[in-house]
Amino acid sequence: MNILVPIKQVPETSNVKMDPSTGTMIRDGVESIVNPLDLYAIETANQLKERHGGKVTVLTMGPPSAHKALREAIAMGCDDAVLLTDRAFAGADTWATAYVLARAIERIGGYDLILCGERATDGDTGQVGPNIAAALNIPLATYVSGIESVDTGRGEMSVWRMTEHGYEQLLLPLPALLTVVKEISFPRLPTLRGKQRARASEIPAWGAGDLGAEADKIGLKGSPTRVVKIESPKVTRGGTVVKAADGPEQAVDQLVAFLRGRDLV
Amino acid sequence: MKHTGVWALAETHGGKLRDVSFELLARGRALADQLGCELVSVVMAEPMPQEELQELIARGADRVLAVEGEALGDFIAETHSNVLCGLIGERRPEVVLAAATFNGRTLLPHAAMRLHAGLTADCTGLAIDPDTRDLIQTRPAIGGNILATIKSPNHRPQMATVRPKSTRPLPRDAARTGEVERVAFRPQWLDGRVRKIGERADQQDEANIQETDVVVAGGRGMKKAEHFAMLRELAGHLHGVVGASRDAVDRGWAVYPRQVGLSGKTVTPKLYVAVGISGAIQHLAGMKTADVIMAINADEDAPIFQVADFGIVGDLFEVLPLLNDRLAQEGNP
Repeated sequence: MNILVPIKQVPETSNVKMDPSTGTMIRDGVESIVNPLDLYAIETANQLKERHGGKVTVLTMGPPSAHKALREAIAMGCDDAVLLTDRAFAGADTWATAYVLARAIERIGGYDLILCGERATDGDTGQVGPNIAAALNIPLATYVSGIESVDTGRGEMSVWRMTEHGYEQLLLPLPALLTVVKEISFPRLPTLRGKQRARASEIPAWGAGDLGAEADKIGLKGSPTRVVKIESPKVTRGGTVVKAADGPEQAVDQLVAFLRGRDLV
Repeated sequence: MKHTGVWALAETHGGKLRDVSFELLARGRALADQLGCELVSVVMAEPMPQEELQELIARGADRVLAVEGEALGDFIAETHSNVLCGLIGERRPEVVLAAATFNGRTLLPHAAMRLHAGLTADCTGLAIDPDTRDLIQTRPAIGGNILATIKSPNHRPQMATVRPKSTRPLPRDAARTGEVERVAFRPQWLDGRVRKIGERADQQDEANIQETDVVVAGGRGMKKAEHFAMLRELAGHLHGVVGASRDAVDRGWAVYPRQVGLSGKTVTPKLYVAVGISGAIQHLAGMKTADVIMAINADEDAPIFQVADFGIVGDLFEVLPLLNDRLAQEGNP
């Protein structure tokens, strides 16, 4: 079972510090990491490979330094990696990103399954996975929380997908694309041997020319959307804080009065 | 042919319209009025009774475009995308909105890719630039630390998914008139590759933390799973649903669909109650846009108090039972 995992390098947002005086994000010293939600896709791919054979290839579009994210995936057990990097890719929105990833996936070929994280923790869109499935015209299941069965002989798999009401089970012919949620697996840590392999791996870098990408479909030019403004909303609300130690009943009274004042009880 | 009209995709479950459909019509109504065009509610579902479709008119639509077929009873991304892309190609709307639900966030990126249309995810604000007719879309990103404003100046239709509960439905107006247009499902729209073969309900209860007015969430301070019973009681008094922090989910005290935060769900309720949750940035990212935030925590320096409208510093095992008793006495209906 050959599996492709498109991943993204993101800033380490869970430790983002805000400057209280300006309300802006402190970017100094913010490290780049593999999108935490992609780790579940990587882990799931590695588990499927262990059960059904084949190999796992990770790919990412980004600056040349994004090879670090790919090496981290190799250290977790992935076999191969491809870096998609070109100045012409810069400024891509989800559409133009998915276009490049889909072209690269066509060039790699021979895959049974594509696994994506639910979304990236920086852009938070969750669009690139469904975008890629549409570009390749392969079956799609999003928000997959579990794999029920894989039948490599028949070339199909059955998965559970989250909905507002619980879960639904879908049967998909392969090749297919899944976006997976955290519930699906527990990512393993990189091993020492994996790290050694990651350091030694040759990672090919493909540009627009290698992919035969059309110039009006990549980078800023190929992106229908434009970010026109970025604001930093103020986080602090400066509400009332009372101490239960000064009298728990009074604290609860004040709270209930507050809720009533807001029409919440 | 120029693009005209605002489309709002309705969502159904079990043959019934979901409330997000009405929220979306409130958004669409404001945009259609600014653009001076028709607001169309698009329904793709199994055949629906006329009065159910008429409800969409009462909630703000000028026209209901109902594509009905047994094949649309289950959400299959490819088939729904075929219908949507087909209709957009024929009728050329200027704006297409869907709710940022599991299905909306699957269908719209699928269709937008095929149409080479701009799509903005999970918007919390929508407006129209009167000069260019561009849709001005506002959305939080980077864990809610920034608000980005996005437009698609050269591509039509302009597509967006809208965060559930980020607006209120319009009051029902039975006097509103509009046309219900039924379109038969065409065989060429069917993509038979993916099939739904089963389902199971969320084991805790049917309610969903993204579509409720009140979320009562517990964190590490709850100490064990059994203590979540106090939160369920409080949620009962407040007509809310129980949520949890990542810590609580990782410890198995609540299931993942209840997780609020960067690696869980983003919620925008009228009231968010954080109990025993310190308020790490990863958690704040998922709830800080709630209308009212209330916090109970033992540590007075916990960051949750920075975003709280009302906070109690104290032992939750003392405060929660008192609060539950108080609300029980209130006889809150």
